[in-house]
Amino acid sequence: MPASVLQIRGLTVALPPGSDRAHAVHNVTFTVNAGEIVCLVGESGSGKSITAQTIMGLLPRALRPLGGAVKLDDEEILQASEVRLQQLRGSRMSMIFQEPMTALNPVMTCGKQIDEVLATHTRLSTAERRAQTLGILERVQISDAQRVYDAYPHQLSGGQRQRIMIAMALVLKPALLVADEPTTALDVTTQAQILSLIRELQRERDTGVLFVTHDFGVVSEIADRVAVLRLGELIEIGATREVLGNPRQEYTQTLISSVPSLKPRAAPRDPNAPILLQTDNLTKVYGGQHLFRKQPPLQAAHGVSLTIRRGEVLGIVGESGSGKSTVARCIARLVEPTDGSIRLGSDEIATLSHRRLRPHRRRIQMVFQDPYRSLNPRRNIAEAMIEGPMNFGLNRADAIRRAGELLEFVRIERTALARYPAQFSGGQRQRICIARALAMEPELLIADEAVSALDVSVQAQVLRLLDDIRKRLGLTMLFITHDLRVAAQVCDTVAVMQRGKVVEYGDVARIFADPQDDYTRALIDAAPGRHANFGALRREGYPHGTGEHPPTIVQSSC
Amino acid sequence: MTIEVDRPQSITRLVGFSDPDREVWARVLRHPSVAIGASIVLLLVLVAILAPVLGTVDPKAIDPAYRNRSPGSVHVITAPDGQQTTRTFLMGADTLGRDVYSRVIYGSRVSLIVGITVALISTSVGLAIGLLAGYLRWVDVVVMRVMDGLMAIPGILLAIGLVAVWGAGLATVVLAIAVPEIPRVVRLVRSLVLTIREEPYVEAAIAAGTPTPLILIRHVMPNTLGPMIVQGTFVCASAILIEAILSFLGIGIPTDIPTWGNIMAEGRQLFRVYPHTILFPGIFVAITVLAVNMLGDGLRDALDPRTKSP
Repeated sequence: MPASVLQIRGLTVALPPGSDRAHAVHNVTFTVNAGEIVCLVGESGSGKSITAQTIMGLLPRALRPLGGAVKLDDEEILQASEVRLQQLRGSRMSMIFQEPMTALNPVMTCGKQIDEVLATHTRLSTAERRAQTLGILERVQISDAQRVYDAYPHQLSGGQRQRIMIAMALVLKPALLVADEPTTALDVTTQAQILSLIRELQRERDTGVLFVTHDFGVVSEIADRVAVLRLGELIEIGATREVLGNPRQEYTQTLISSVPSLKPRAAPRDPNAPILLQTDNLTKVYGGQHLFRKQPPLQAAHGVSLTIRRGEVLGIVGESGSGKSTVARCIARLVEPTDGSIRLGSDEIATLSHRRLRPHRRRIQMVFQDPYRSLNPRRNIAEAMIEGPMNFGLNRADAIRRAGELLEFVRIERTALARYPAQFSGGQRQRICIARALAMEPELLIADEAVSALDVSVQAQVLRLLDDIRKRLGLTMLFITHDLRVAAQVCDTVAVMQRGKVVEYGDVARIFADPQDDYTRALIDAAPGRHANFGALRREGYPHGTGEHPPTIVQSSC
Repeated sequence: MTIEVDRPQSITRLVGFSDPDREVWARVLRHPSVAIGASIVLLLVLVAILAPVLGTVDPKAIDPAYRNRSPGSVHVITAPDGQQTTRTFLMGADTLGRDVYSRVIYGSRVSLIVGITVALISTSVGLAIGLLAGYLRWVDVVVMRVMDGLMAIPGILLAIGLVAVWGAGLATVVLAIAVPEIPRVVRLVRSLVLTIREEPYVEAAIAAGTPTPLILIRHVMPNTLGPMIVQGTFVCASAILIEAILSFLGIGIPTDIPTWGNIMAEGRQLFRVYPHTILFPGIFVAITVLAVNMLGDGLRDALDPRTKSP
């Protein structure tokens, strides 16, 4: 029986009065042993981050632990003084955060920030500290440790910054590492590297790791044991294989079965359907010559040629900065393409003036990533939904009647019309945004990372809704996503983008089964949890929502 | 495209909130410095409106018999028919025998009019210019250079120039104070618009074919109002101060109109002997500016979710 480094018993943390529930976490009990990674999984608001903050003594002032015990190596830390906590943080327990850019001090070199940890907790000399800092930098696989020592955080990539955070957290060999969504802000290929780095360092140093995440793919990659939180209660804990393969709680089953499969679905489609949208050599360059300043031109999209047939879903997949959103926004004419053509049906829309473009606006509608920003907080749902149709001549009464119908179509009560966006959850808002787009009766619906900000179970609902809409209305969609799982489930054809260029383009089944491009292969290999078969739990086909799961035509490539 | 609804059961879960604006205003009014600041400002407005019935006499009436009386001195006036009345100089009398109390009370009218009109003019003009500059790229370059130029002109110099051209008067003073405030408001609005224009709901409106003027009015402007109200109160406070300074320097409101600045200017020469002619209007200026600033600070805290106290 390995020694436990962290013991949490009956931990209860109160939320401020007037919140939607009384306790952020309620009666949570679990342990983390040395050399073990325990994943704390849950959807947003489940209390997983609060638990992590309680352990580190970093709770916001409004939240108070009401009861229970948190023991680090048999030392009670709920009652520990601030001075003692400072001694413990960094030396016995340390934390890495989701966003390394904000967790690092932007005006201090990376080397100095690690050095500070050593200077605070040890009596090493300057030279010894520098040697140790360079040592740990090399240990987290930073190839050019000398240069990075003197670099500022903004000069490094996101992955390198997270490595600096890990170096800082582990330099004193703490017994416990708390990682709060440390790879969520990273691209999938970087995420894979960081996960294996954490795993490796943790094994080497016998560190106990509490890993907070919402991503079951990550869980299956890294966890020894999994604890599932729901609305502040720990509902299930067990070995990863047990929980993922044979969850006892219905909630856990729902969560796991909501994870989209990497195996592409096979959907019948008409290869001879008329072409709805065709881009040819679409290019967008940012920067360049200005009246007062010169910027080096940035080719956000370069020579992108795509074709979408009616009733088809084209996915554009890529990591951040690949230009996938730029392409979508050029097609929606929210940004001006620098070069190339966009043919919508028989109309060339890339070069139309804004005045001439207006009649074509309604034909392409967009659903955005962040449901909290896509609705004007000061306008109620009715005003949001009737704006577009009324721009195109529908009268107010008809527009409102139709808005009500569409809301029911996306399964939101008609009474929502009189309410304001703040009264809805993220998933509901995304449904409203979809209804708003549908109110324009578009020919092409662009979903720009439309499900990326949603919890996995909500994501599943919204994906099911989009699929339903597609089937019933015969809508054509352009689906922008960074998530290969989502792409596999939604798209008929996929274009993989890297640095503004399409590196691979073809049928979804072909791309997942037999990727030709190295980058595509790297992307698919990096997808977390690609060996885990989340779909095995599925009782019904997903995301089709009806009947059986389509026969799998390919194995995932790895 | 037809929509038929086959799932009457709805998954909507509603939280009990009303109109977000009403929600915000309820929170704003509970904020202590908003409550205190607003009640003092309200009291001053009432004082200004009710000046004639607050035991005042004609603030311009000169009576050499009562020159330089100390605050609180009581005088018995015997009328020719032998009837006696008593008169109390609550704040004393100035070198011309005018009642300082009446002058200060009437003076609050000018201060509040200047403060409020300057705030309204500079915020509304600044809002209009800022909206255009922030949203339309080509307007931005031109307008912001003009604003930079305006900011380089010292306010007092502008006031002297305007008074020289148009003569002293309330309108000149209001204009002289409002114009230098405009660039500051424009900069604020422009920076707000630059972030709001990138919001997806604005892009959704563009995609829905909403004309640009409507986007500005419907989507952009309402979301700048919170910071604008806060900025307006600070403009108001500084306008009250600047008006007092201009009057004190003799380039503001004509000397025959009682304003706090004028009263202080006239009391300056005998300040060491009779400090009360400067003290009382000074206290009123200080209280007014403090109250308006408290109101502004409180509004800023209450309207900005980031500074919401834990």
